[in-house]
Amino acid sequence: MSSLESIRSRERVEEVPPVKRIVLDRPPTAVPPPELDGASRRRPAVAGPERLRLEGVSVHYGGQAAVKDVSLSVHQGEVLALIGPSGCGKTTLLRTLNRLTELTPGASRGGSVLLDGAEVHELPDTDLRARVSMVFQQPNPFPMSIFDNVAFALREQSRKRPRRREIEPQVVDALRRAGLYEEVREDLHRPALRLSGGQQQRLCIARAIALRPEVLLMDEPCSALDPRSTETIEQLIGELRRELAVVIVTHNLQQAHRVADRVAFMYLGDLVEHGEVEQVFRVPRAPRTRDYVKGVFG
Amino acid sequence: MNAFPEALPVKAPRPRRSSLRSWRWGDRLFYVLAWASGLALCLIAGALVLYMLVRGLQYVSPSLIFSRPRAEVNQAQIGGFLDPLLGTLLLVAIGVVLATPVGVASAVWIVEYGQGRVGRRLARVVESSVEIVAGTPDIVIAIFALTLFQLGAFSFLSFTASGGGVYGRSFLTAGAAISLLAIPPVFLATRDGLEALPGHQREGAFALGKTRVATIRRVLLPGVRPNIATGVTLGMGRIIGDTAIVFLLLGVGASERIEPQSGPAGLNVLRGTGSTLTSYIYSNSPAGEGAAPQKAYAAAFVLLAMVLALNAAAGFISGRGRSGRMSFGDRVRYGAWA
Repeated sequence: MSSLESIRSRERVEEVPPVKRIVLDRPPTAVPPPELDGASRRRPAVAGPERLRLEGVSVHYGGQAAVKDVSLSVHQGEVLALIGPSGCGKTTLLRTLNRLTELTPGASRGGSVLLDGAEVHELPDTDLRARVSMVFQQPNPFPMSIFDNVAFALREQSRKRPRRREIEPQVVDALRRAGLYEEVREDLHRPALRLSGGQQQRLCIARAIALRPEVLLMDEPCSALDPRSTETIEQLIGELRRELAVVIVTHNLQQAHRVADRVAFMYLGDLVEHGEVEQVFRVPRAPRTRDYVKGVFG
Repeated sequence: MNAFPEALPVKAPRPRRSSLRSWRWGDRLFYVLAWASGLALCLIAGALVLYMLVRGLQYVSPSLIFSRPRAEVNQAQIGGFLDPLLGTLLLVAIGVVLATPVGVASAVWIVEYGQGRVGRRLARVVESSVEIVAGTPDIVIAIFALTLFQLGAFSFLSFTASGGGVYGRSFLTAGAAISLLAIPPVFLATRDGLEALPGHQREGAFALGKTRVATIRRVLLPGVRPNIATGVTLGMGRIIGDTAIVFLLLGVGASERIEPQSGPAGLNVLRGTGSTLTSYIYSNSPAGEGAAPQKAYAAAFVLLAMVLALNAAAGFISGRGRSGRMSFGDRVRYGAWA
């Protein structure tokens, strides 16, 4: 190999450090098989005060109903999983809770969504979304450093931007609560897009909880991740529910069973059934639910 | 059980283009034509650069670049093109300063705000307008701008003759007109960049309770910075190469010198007249006054070098043709130096 070539190859290694990613991830932990008896799951949930209440919520795209007359309540300290086949309105319902559906042209909403008793449509959307924040299916860190990703969430749109030093404790705190800080503490100013997929998603969670929201919405947060990262995120959800209410959309019934305290089953825009996780999975009341969840235990 | 039995009969894949002889006549003809056109273009470009290189290196010299033009009879021996060179740089600066905010802002408006029934229709109108501006011959822009800037209302941009007529020719008026050449590339590059940004980045910012303005300023515009840089670079190339607007609106005098007008320092130059490398080449070429073709060659060499450098810069920024390694644009986009 000529000296020029060796320099080139060294550069290439520096640009994309494949080894670093693996080292930085959590030490490999064996993923325990899903415990289907439900006895030794991370329990118990301590249901706190009601945060969100949905009364007769329906959403239309153009003339088409995507969500029909859904009534639910979400309490602090518990995880609510929305399950159901594709296209049944789970994600639409989730996006209604922080009014992201408004960004879709032609979408309209009926019924009422109350956050701590206040109709969300009467709150400024920026305030609402700071209190009801969201994590998406695809990890979507901004093209900035890890620090700036979290700091962006914290900075107000005031004329004077808070200094780096002033918000550093909050950034570190958010990263710590999202279980990412120990892995990135050496260099918070690395570009966020250099993190692994699971780390990126935890960064997005850190960003979402940095403002200490009351409700965290998660739209299939693990579907783009590998099993180990999924395990980490699921543990994190279990820890986060102490301080806020979590609403998670998932296609994965095993995951719903692992992380949720309550489950709502939707079908073609209707809320078919909702209740305690064990009740919905073991003794579903509606025949549709029974058809859908059978196989989880079989 | 073995899922891949070894006894599977595997044929070696046949090479796709075994030989030209096996092709049909039409395919052969097209193949040859395609190669011939490509090679012809390479030859023309190569010949152009080589010719300018030989001619330019023959005549170009530091004294030519760093001395001012002088109005003398014997042009072949005297004076350089410092003023035209500075004029080109000044005009590029004015054009870019005017074109960049307009191009970027209208692209942002089209992509981020041009929604809804009325908005989308307006957006289409704006896009067509940009296409019209991009397709307008520069001489048409020049004559239109000259008529406009000779109106009394615009007398502050140039100077007023003793009779009361507004001259309408200055660096400011020429720069304003020439910025129209740079707006389309800036606009198109920014628009394409914004449209290519993944939608979940926008939603991610909105979901954090950020306003539209904060999302655009802190997330979207940083994301398309390399696109904007590419557009600006291409726009600079168009400004540098333009002649018609310079001739009609910069008031190229016989001396080819930068002639300041009255006014505070700095503004007096901007309100004054001057020349650029393109106008200098024309006046010194056999087609113009024709006195000193060797100086025209030298100036043309400098001009071509500037344009080629800008094109290379644009390619470098947009990361064209750099496979495998991270392009400059990607480094900016993904904050590799953050």
